[in-house]
Amino acid sequence: MSIAISGTARAAHRPRARSGLVRFTREQPLGAIALFLITLFVVVAVLAPWIAPYDPLAQDRVNILTAPGVGGHLAGTDELGRDVLSRSLYGARTSLLIAVATLALGGAIGLVVGVVSGYFGGTWIDSVLQRIMDALMAIPSIVLLLFVAALLGPSVRNTVIALSLLVIPSINRVARGEMLRIREEPYVEAARSVGCGTPRILIRYGLPNLMAPLFVMGSLLFAVILIAESALSFLGIGTPPPTPSWGRMLSEGRSQLEIAPWMTVVPGLILSVSVLAFNLLGDAMRDFLDPKQRR
Amino acid sequence: MIVPGATPLVEAHDLVKHFGDGKGLLTPRRPPVRAVDGVSLTIKRGETLGLVGESGSGKSTLGRLILRLIEPTSGSVTFDGHDIAALSKSSLTQLRKRMQLVFQDPFSSFNPRMTIAQVLTEPMVVHGMGDRASRVKRAKELLDLVGLPSFALERYPHQFSGGQAQRIGIARALATDPDLIVCDEAVSALDVSVQAQVLNLLKEVQRELGLSYLFIAHDLNVVRYISDRVCVMYLGKLAEVAHADDISERPRHPYSQALMASIPSPDAHHQLRTPLAGEIPSPRRPPSGCRFHPRCSQSIDGCDRDEPELLTIGGSGDARSVACHLFDPTSAR
Repeated sequence: MSIAISGTARAAHRPRARSGLVRFTREQPLGAIALFLITLFVVVAVLAPWIAPYDPLAQDRVNILTAPGVGGHLAGTDELGRDVLSRSLYGARTSLLIAVATLALGGAIGLVVGVVSGYFGGTWIDSVLQRIMDALMAIPSIVLLLFVAALLGPSVRNTVIALSLLVIPSINRVARGEMLRIREEPYVEAARSVGCGTPRILIRYGLPNLMAPLFVMGSLLFAVILIAESALSFLGIGTPPPTPSWGRMLSEGRSQLEIAPWMTVVPGLILSVSVLAFNLLGDAMRDFLDPKQRR
Repeated sequence: MIVPGATPLVEAHDLVKHFGDGKGLLTPRRPPVRAVDGVSLTIKRGETLGLVGESGSGKSTLGRLILRLIEPTSGSVTFDGHDIAALSKSSLTQLRKRMQLVFQDPFSSFNPRMTIAQVLTEPMVVHGMGDRASRVKRAKELLDLVGLPSFALERYPHQFSGGQAQRIGIARALATDPDLIVCDEAVSALDVSVQAQVLNLLKEVQRELGLSYLFIAHDLNVVRYISDRVCVMYLGKLAEVAHADDISERPRHPYSQALMASIPSPDAHHQLRTPLAGEIPSPRRPPSGCRFHPRCSQSIDGCDRDEPELLTIGGSGDARSVACHLFDPTSAR
C-alpha cells in the first residue's frame, strides 16, 4: 500500500520531557518548599522512634513543666514531665496515620460514588447517591464528627471513620463533576462504539482523566483532616490517651497556658506549619496541573 | 463490490429520535427536539452512502441511531438480518465488532492517557481477540494499512498531526474487521490537502476490505467524491436519495438544488440558481407541511399543509427518491 505519510511525525524527536519534580520546583517554588516540609514531616513521623530524644510516654515527676532547653528537654516538658518535643514527633505519626487512612477510606468511597454518579448523571442512580451526599454535607461537620465519634467511642479507627464522612462528599463532588465532563468526551463514545462496557469505561477512561483535580483536592483535604483530627482530640473524643496527638497536646496545654506556653506552642506550631504546607502544595499543584496556567 | 441479489447490510425503517420530552417534575413541558423524524434508508454491502445536510439536520443523530449508540424513540434498524433494537446486551456487544465509528475531531476521540498501541488494541481486548502479542502485531498491520510507521505505537495521540490522528482513528475502526464504518464528518476538521489523502485512504481501504460506509458530511464536494449514493437530509427527514452523480448533476428536490448551488464553482450556470437563504428552523417546532417550504423558492399551494412522502421517481437510468410535491403525481397542484 502506497499512501504518503503527511509530514514526519511531529514529535518524532521531541526531547524527553524534563523530570516533573524539577519543573515543579521551577514553576512553583512555594509549592516546592511545601513539598519539602511535608516530606520532612513524613520522614519525622516514620523515624520518630529513632530520632525522638525521649520516650513520649515516659513520665518524669522531678522535671515537670520544665522550660525549653532546661535539663536536656529541647521543647520543655508537660505537667507529667513528658518531653514535649518527643510527644510532638510521635504526634506527627498519629496525625499522619489518621490522615492517610481517612483519605484512603473516604477518598475511595467518595471516588466510587462520584464517578458512578457522574457517569449516570441525571438518572435515578445519580439522584439517590447525591441526596445522600447532600445529607452528609447539610449537617455541620463538627456536629457530625461529634455525633459519630461519641457514638463509636474514642479510638484511632473510629476517628478515621468519623473523619471519612467529612472527606466523602468533597471527593464525591469533584469526581462527579469531572465524570460529568468526561462522559461527554468523544473518546467515551468511541469506547462505547468499540464495545467497552460501563465498568471498563469508568476505570480505563474515567479514572485516569479525573485524577489530577483529585490530587489537588486530596492535598487540601489533608490539611482539613489534620485540623479536624486535632479538634476531635482537643475535645477528648479523638485519639484516646496516652497516645500522643497534637490535638490532645493542645488540649492538655490549655490549662497550663500561662505557666508553660511551650506545651501549646510547639505542637500548635507544627500543626500550623503542616496545614499551611498542605494548603500551599494543593494550590501549587492546581496551578501546575492546569494547562491554561502554563507559561 | 455490490453482490447482486444480496440483502442490504443495513436497513433502517422509519427511525425517529426525539430528545427531551420535557417530563421533568418542575420543568414546563416543552415540545421535544425532533432530531430524526421518520427516516428509512438502506446501505448495501460494499457501498458508500453519503449523508448531507446543514448543521442541525440530524445527520449525526441518524448515524448514532444506526450504530445504536443512542436508543431510537421508534423505528427499527436491521444489521445483516439482525434487528439491533431487539438484541440483548451481549449480542449487541458482539455486533459492535462489525460496525464502527470515525469521528470528526480525531484528537478528542482518543483517551489522552492511552498510547496508540493501547488505542488500537482496545477493540481487540474488549472483544477477546487474540493474545497480547498477536494484538500488537495486528496494531502494526493496521498502522501500515493506514500508512503510518509502527513506531507510532508508543506515542500519545497529541503527538500527531490532524491527518495522522484521523488515520489512527480509521485504523482503530478497522481493528475488529467491521462491515460498516460510520464516518461522522470524518474529514471536515482537516486541511483540504489532507482531506483528499484521507478520502483516498478510505476508498483504498474499502476496495481492499469490501466494507460499507455511511459517510456523514456537510460538504457536498466531499460527499459526492466518495459516495455511491447520497441522502440529502433536512430537519430530521430525507429530502432526496439518489446516485452521487445524479444528485450533483441533476438535483431534483429544491433543497438539493439549493445545496448544489451553494457550492462555489467557476461554472457560470451554477450561479443562476437561487442560493439558500435564512437559517434552518428549530427542530423543536418544525414548519407545517413540507419542512422546507418557508425557505423554498418553488413552493406551491399545499406545501405548507401536506407533508410530502419520499417517493421513487424516474426510470431505471435515473432512479431516485424525492420528498417534494413538485414530483408527486398524486398531490394536488
